[in-house]
Amino acid sequence: MNIVNFTPQSAFFGGIIIGLAVIIFFIGNGRLAGVSGIVNDTLVSKQNRTDNFLFIVGLVLGPIFYAFFTKINIPFLITSSLPIIISAGFLVGIGTKIGRGCTSGHGICGISLLSPRSIIATIIFMITAIITVKLIG
Amino acid sequence: MMSKIISFISGIIFGVGLSVSNMINPEKVLGFLDLFGQWDPSLIFVMMGAIIVSAPVFFLFRNKNKPLFADNFSIPTLKSIDKNLIIGSGTFGIGWGMVGFCPGPAISSLALLNTYSVFFVLSMLGGFLLTKLVDRIIIPTQ
Repeated sequence: MNIVNFTPQSAFFGGIIIGLAVIIFFIGNGRLAGVSGIVNDTLVSKQNRTDNFLFIVGLVLGPIFYAFFTKINIPFLITSSLPIIISAGFLVGIGTKIGRGCTSGHGICGISLLSPRSIIATIIFMITAIITVKLIG
Repeated sequence: MMSKIISFISGIIFGVGLSVSNMINPEKVLGFLDLFGQWDPSLIFVMMGAIIVSAPVFFLFRNKNKPLFADNFSIPTLKSIDKNLIIGSGTFGIGWGMVGFCPGPAISSLALLNTYSVFFVLSMLGGFLLTKLVDRIIIPTQ
């Protein structure tokens, strides 16, 4: 193992900002900012649909505002092929729906709540993701 | 009205956090998942930053009567480590490792107008709908 491209400051600071979003959503609306749940609910449930949709719109506007005000070009690179991207999208959709959460819902909110389910879920998806990268990387 | 403003603002701040930490970038995330190769531990610091902020607030507020702009706190009550949690999370991890996209960054990256992000998000929505459909056929929903 070689450690490369490690950016602890911007990672930690960005994490704090994400944490702020989580607590504003929680103290204001009483809900957990799990993105897979919010997106899925927007698609299939009438409950809080406008709220959910506005969260998603905000999520897309965030990087635009950030790039506009800081004049920073956000580094972004996808090297996967289209068939891989489509398969991966399907697996992420199916998996987060069946497992009821993703990196934000289980990994941040659930762990913050010390939920045993979320701790287990996070360990499992980290392990399968690391194995996947090892196999196809 | 206020709950809508809160949702919108939370979404924006979340998207800014993903940009600052560069978790919006699949290449950065794949660097974290490449534990046995060229490893970039940054994602752990993102999670630590977020959890350090949210954990104390959850602890202080979860037993209060109600949030500011809703009738009650909605926190999942499921406790059991069941088959769905394990299979679902395992499946999600495989998809995450294939490209380096999880739902938050994938949605947020639509801002960058990359065609691949659009295909990923559409497939993910397809995955949600397919699961709902299968769920309805196999297990009659509650």
